Amino acid sequence: MLELYGQKFSSRLLLGTALYPSPAIMADAVEAARNEIVTVSLRREAAGGRTGGKFWSLIQSLGVRVLPNTAGCHSVKEAVTTAQMAREVFATNWIKLEVIGNHDTLQPDVFGLVEAAGILSGDGFEVFPYTTDDLVVAERLLEAGCKLLMPWCAPIGSARGPQNVDALRSLRGHFPDVPLIVDAGIGRPSHAAAVMELGYDAVLLNTAVAKAGDPIAMAGAFAKAIEAGREAFLAGPLEPRDMAVPSTPVIGMAAFS
Amino acid sequence: MRLIINGESREVGAGTLAALLAELDYEGGWLATALNGEVVPARERETCRIADGDRIEILSPMKGG
Repeated sequence: MLELYGQKFSSRLLLGTALYPSPAIMADAVEAARNEIVTVSLRREAAGGRTGGKFWSLIQSLGVRVLPNTAGCHSVKEAVTTAQMAREVFATNWIKLEVIGNHDTLQPDVFGLVEAAGILSGDGFEVFPYTTDDLVVAERLLEAGCKLLMPWCAPIGSARGPQNVDALRSLRGHFPDVPLIVDAGIGRPSHAAAVMELGYDAVLLNTAVAKAGDPIAMAGAFAKAIEAGREAFLAGPLEPRDMAVPSTPVIGMAAFS
Repeated sequence: MRLIINGESREVGAGTLAALLAELDYEGGWLATALNGEVVPARERETCRIADGDRIEILSPMKGG
């Protein structure tokens, strides 16, 4: 079972709720993936507007746990205030903490991230930090109070898949007991399976499902790949070898010459 | 008085945050509010006085990744 801040889950896929062709398709994708945690956000509501209420009703009807984010925040102050507002609305101490440092790559501002993580952890939040694959930053986030880490494997929405497998492997090796979730950059189920085979605990993705030709089918495909990757990790994958090694026994071969 | 509500300047008559939400036809328990960058919990909106030039944010749940 996946355990995040004391809560246990069967599914190791955390799914975003944005960019789907329709709210109904999003809801069906969540169901197809047997998904238990979805990410949500907060945005300005127009006077007289009811869009937030409709969306929130739909999410509540799914029976899943919500992980609010601070997407789009570029400063510690913005992220902390957004997190506090999210706690009020969504009635959860969970927060996916994003402090963005670069407009083009949406790379986390890791300095602001560590600072905000410390403030929020001290204020009772259970922080899910969206971070890079930097080992020292990971250590600082844990010192700041985070009990899990969410490194990217490629820029958000890029669908490139793992760009630095060595760094991901290093994080896994250094923090064997910390839940590690790859957040951002996954494009295909094979990418998700690959990071799960490294021993990652879960995968968070959105665009790869929402913008697929058939988001519902793709949600199911990701669920299977993540499960397969997890089982493969537990089964102990074979390490690559330089030379061929015959699988059929060579002893007992007939001699014809 | 004039307030900056969700980034836009607006003339309103309400004297508290709760009255402002009613005046602008906001409703629902899912709204989050902030006054001049500080969160105002729902239970404090009735007593939260607002003044000319205040910056107010009114947010609600939205899809996200």
